[in-house]
Amino acid sequence: MDILSLFVVLPVIVIIALVFTKSLKQARQIAMVGSVIQLGMALNLLFAYLKEVNINDSIFVFTRDIIWFKEFNIHYNIGVDGISVALILLTSIIVLAGVFISWKTYDLPKEFFVSLLVLATGVYGFFISIDLFTMFLFYEIAVIPMYLLIGIWGSGPKEYSAMKLTLMLMGASALLLVGILGIYLNSNADGGPLTFNILEISQVNIPFEAQKLFFPLTFIGFAVLGALFPFHTWSPDGHASAPTAVSMLHAGVLMKLGGYGVFRVAMFLLPEGAMEWSWFFIILAAIGVIYGAFAAIRQTDLKYINAYSSVSHLGLVLFALLMLNKTAWNGAILQSLSHGFMTALFFALIGMIYTRTHTRDITKLGGLLKVIPFISVIYVIAGLASLGLPGFSGFVAEMNIFVGAFQNEDMFHRVLTILSISAIVVTAVYILRVVGIMLMGPVKNESFLSLPQATWYETTGVLLLLLPIIGIGVAPLWLSDMILKSIQPFLQGVL
Amino acid sequence: MIPGISITEILTLTSILFFIGIYGFMTRTNLISMLISVEIILNSTVINFVVINKYLYPELLQGVVYAIFIIAVAAAETALAVAIIINLYKQISSVDVKETETLKH
Amino acid sequence: MNISYLFLIPIIPLAVFLVLGIFNKMIKPTVSGWIGVGGLTATTILSFYAAFQYFFVTGKLDGAYQTFIEKTVWMNFTDTLHIDLGILIDPISIMMLIVVSTISLMVHIYSRGYMKDDPGYTKFFAFLSLFTFSMYGLVLATNLFQIYIFWELVGVSSFLLIGYYYTKNSAVAAAKKAFIVTRFADFGFLIGILIIGFYTGTWDFETLNNPEGAAIVNWASTSFMGLSVLTWALILIFMGGAGKSAMFPLHIWLPDAMEGPTPVSALIHAATMVVAGVYLVARLFPMYYFVEEGFVLHIVSYVGAFSSLFAAIIAITQTDIKRILAFSTMSQIGYMMMSLGVSGFDGHEGVGYMASMFHLFTHAMFKALLFLGAGSVIHAVHSNYLKDMGGLRKHMPITNITFLIAALAIAGVPPLAGFWSKDEILVAAFENSMFIYSIGILVAGLTSFYMFRLYFGIFWGKETIYAHKPKESPRSMTIPLIILAVFSVVVGFIPFSEYVTADKLGFVAHLNYPLAATAVLVGLTGILFAWIFYKKENNLAERFANAFGFFYKWASNKFYFDELYLFITRQLIFKRISAPIAYFDKKFVDGTMEGIGNKTLVVANKIKGIQSGKVQDYAFGFISGVVVLAIVFIYLWTN
Repeated sequence: MDILSLFVVLPVIVIIALVFTKSLKQARQIAMVGSVIQLGMALNLLFAYLKEVNINDSIFVFTRDIIWFKEFNIHYNIGVDGISVALILLTSIIVLAGVFISWKTYDLPKEFFVSLLVLATGVYGFFISIDLFTMFLFYEIAVIPMYLLIGIWGSGPKEYSAMKLTLMLMGASALLLVGILGIYLNSNADGGPLTFNILEISQVNIPFEAQKLFFPLTFIGFAVLGALFPFHTWSPDGHASAPTAVSMLHAGVLMKLGGYGVFRVAMFLLPEGAMEWSWFFIILAAIGVIYGAFAAIRQTDLKYINAYSSVSHLGLVLFALLMLNKTAWNGAILQSLSHGFMTALFFALIGMIYTRTHTRDITKLGGLLKVIPFISVIYVIAGLASLGLPGFSGFVAEMNIFVGAFQNEDMFHRVLTILSISAIVVTAVYILRVVGIMLMGPVKNESFLSLPQATWYETTGVLLLLLPIIGIGVAPLWLSDMILKSIQPFLQGVL
Repeated sequence: MIPGISITEILTLTSILFFIGIYGFMTRTNLISMLISVEIILNSTVINFVVINKYLYPELLQGVVYAIFIIAVAAAETALAVAIIINLYKQISSVDVKETETLKH
Repeated sequence: MNISYLFLIPIIPLAVFLVLGIFNKMIKPTVSGWIGVGGLTATTILSFYAAFQYFFVTGKLDGAYQTFIEKTVWMNFTDTLHIDLGILIDPISIMMLIVVSTISLMVHIYSRGYMKDDPGYTKFFAFLSLFTFSMYGLVLATNLFQIYIFWELVGVSSFLLIGYYYTKNSAVAAAKKAFIVTRFADFGFLIGILIIGFYTGTWDFETLNNPEGAAIVNWASTSFMGLSVLTWALILIFMGGAGKSAMFPLHIWLPDAMEGPTPVSALIHAATMVVAGVYLVARLFPMYYFVEEGFVLHIVSYVGAFSSLFAAIIAITQTDIKRILAFSTMSQIGYMMMSLGVSGFDGHEGVGYMASMFHLFTHAMFKALLFLGAGSVIHAVHSNYLKDMGGLRKHMPITNITFLIAALAIAGVPPLAGFWSKDEILVAAFENSMFIYSIGILVAGLTSFYMFRLYFGIFWGKETIYAHKPKESPRSMTIPLIILAVFSVVVGFIPFSEYVTADKLGFVAHLNYPLAATAVLVGLTGILFAWIFYKKENNLAERFANAFGFFYKWASNKFYFDELYLFITRQLIFKRISAPIAYFDKKFVDGTMEGIGNKTLVVANKIKGIQSGKVQDYAFGFISGVVVLAIVFIYLWTN
């Protein structure tokens, strides 16, 4: 078994083990052990990659190619570069933190952890695939458990939200499928066989007309998952209804598939289409950045605030990807990682606050800093990280994006860049609004005085997420170099 | 090869037979009558097979064999259909097709 | 000169912050106080040692003070642009090191007494260390981006310390306001940085500030709307500086920032962080001077002069002693900006630059002293308002004398520190523009007037009956007062012009007797008026206030700038932009998606009738299909 396939196989083994468990205690222990092993594997992969990349200068390393469907030339073709390694690490950390945060899932714990791990399988599979078809398959595997997770373990109008989320994402996958098939059917433009292999397709000059047609389909197909305006509305409702761990995984990992897919498939395989359409999508992304930030100011539900904040931050990812230069792309990947950790952390904290106070309405909360200091302090730190304070990962990512975006000299890019930068002010407003109303001020409700402090599993989960944020923020160079190195071949494809 | 009768006339006859069957199938609501209509349709095609075989490839037998096949299958089918109809009658005391719409839910 | 050991200066406070922050609950308050003071003492000794080394051991090379840089790459952007972290030693950074360490050490010592029995004692010292660390990082920055990084960090430390009493709503609001206003200014700063990075390809001060370097020589190469892009960048960077330094119109956060504990106000909002804007302009002074022939410097000087006058007028009408000091700070920083704005570059031409830095230095001493003195008073009477004070000179002799020294220093009475620096500023203004000079002299008069209004109001004036008899503060608080008072007397005698100048060559400054005499006279007049109005309890002041009526009301309401900003944020941004967006999102964007879903359901309901379950209907459909296909095939075949 090679180092990558393990990522798909291990969750499956854990799932099988979970099927035989009888109680919450057993289920969560097995899930935890499984996730710890995954984290260990991810770290191992990171070190192995850093070693491998010195002696192996192909785009993807640890590749493996098994024919799956001969007639259509579908392969199980896997491999990783620096970007996928970083995202795999992100996934494994968030899954583990998610397991810790769901320590007390009382109804149907077994099924809950199983769905969670199915999702993880899909995500890992997506990140290691080089074959478009396999990639799409894993994408679907990752999206579908979301319906169950929200529909069964959610709160509020959960059926509605689950349905909305699934339908919108399925609609997007329909577009995506058309886009992928379009790429596939044009992959013989230079006379070779039809293929789903990304690397092979990238060598082919797909006719301009086809690129122009299929780029928007592929882009929107992925970008809906990345909360592209105006296709973002599944996200606030979905997050609000989802249970904590699911929100974490969804915002932290699943939404990253969007940006990653745009980068790997839409940008890389259809570069001329990207050039042709970039102006249009840049406008949408920039609207998303500002619009999400402004919309967040007026929300009172913590999860809605965070969901709109995600729209804004992920808008920045798409914005950066469309800027078509390496600094911005580096920023986009870093922002994906940083946003992943930050939102996961936010949702974890929101979950903790909710289980204690039974409300997510900030107008009903107040003075939490006094009663639950640990959770509140971490919330403040997460907030500061989210508004792009130096020393946290968000700053590094945003600065890369802004510097990169500023390399485009024409008026159109400049104006939109400056507009997007202005979101840093608005972000400060909504973050500090929450901090001011919810955490500071006098204690609003007598019953808050007896709130329990954070437990060991909550603390562990939260610190797991906080450490990478600070780590990336303080010493970003090695990570950004790793990503830059992996971006290089993609950049040559586009320019 | 019947002297004085051309293939056209026979085919016209079978066509008429066929459409009578169709008409019956669509207008009758009694399942038995509908079954009879289906049989008429089948018979019209059987005649077609035989006649076309006789007129086009008189030295071959495939059409005739096929006709026998159809008759056999039609017999089996009729048996099955009648069985279903009888069962249906036991359930809802009717052989009217309008009464059987409950199946759609 | 080997400067590697200077990395310790920022690292020690950072370590103290981490220790106190992480082991918050485990450390006893007294211990944490000593850890903070100990760490700061170490850095202060290092700073003074570095200053001694720099000026007296290493000295000048070819007649100019050298610049020492040590740095490491922190983040790569493009092939040329990268963020370095490092330290840059030149006269102004050494001067700022001295200011920051001295004041911070005094404040640390003082806080041990002032914050005694506060439940968040350890946390307070942790935040102070965080701030000190960020401030060191800022003053030692080698490039624009590093300064921006630490700029944000001092902003957040300021946010945390203003909101220190976080259960008080007013403190929370003030902290938020301070952060958001400065953040808005930083938005300009960031764009300025990006422009500079893009057009010059570097952020290093060494490269940018080189008068023969590409950045300055080619400033005119690209222009935008009639001005060079670099001019725009410098204006935007000045916007960042104006936000931090509370220049008009971004000044509104500073008075509210007085919600923080008083030692914090002394450290952050009087002596160090608020002068960061001045420091920033001084850092980039060659660029400001050479690009577009000093166009931006005009803006700097007018903004500075206006803010200075504006704040001085408001200060006269305030009744909260900390707010009076806050407006005084704003006014004095305006003075420094003004002085920078009128400065030249070479030799004696650069007297404005020198005077600005000199004033920054002396101001830090006496303004910190004023704030700490005010803190001592507040500690004794438990109120911030002048109306609750009076006649305290008998109860608090040490505070009284030190406060008087500081007030005399800020009023520019010779031979105290403020006299020397203020005199240089007025000389610079006089040589440049009569208009600026007249504003300067007017502000000098106003300053001594409001400062002595404050002094007489607290220590003389009416004999107030106190519920608790006020008594002198403990020694941990009075010792810093005495030390700072000594500094306020002596630092004026430092021959500053020989050490800190724009061209780093140094020159010999002479007292300009006519100008000095005028300034002193104006200052003394201000004191005299304050004496008449406030020494004894009388109603002269009220009569004057009534005589000015309308204008007085305006000024005491700070010219309604708070209300204007409230209107912009609450009414315009929240109600007119944000709420409609939220509504639009719910109704239209989401509505469209919902609509698609609902329409699908409706259509589904409609067409499900086709599936009637009637065998005949199916048969009809089937047969008509066959017929259609048959016809199609027949025609296709015939063709």
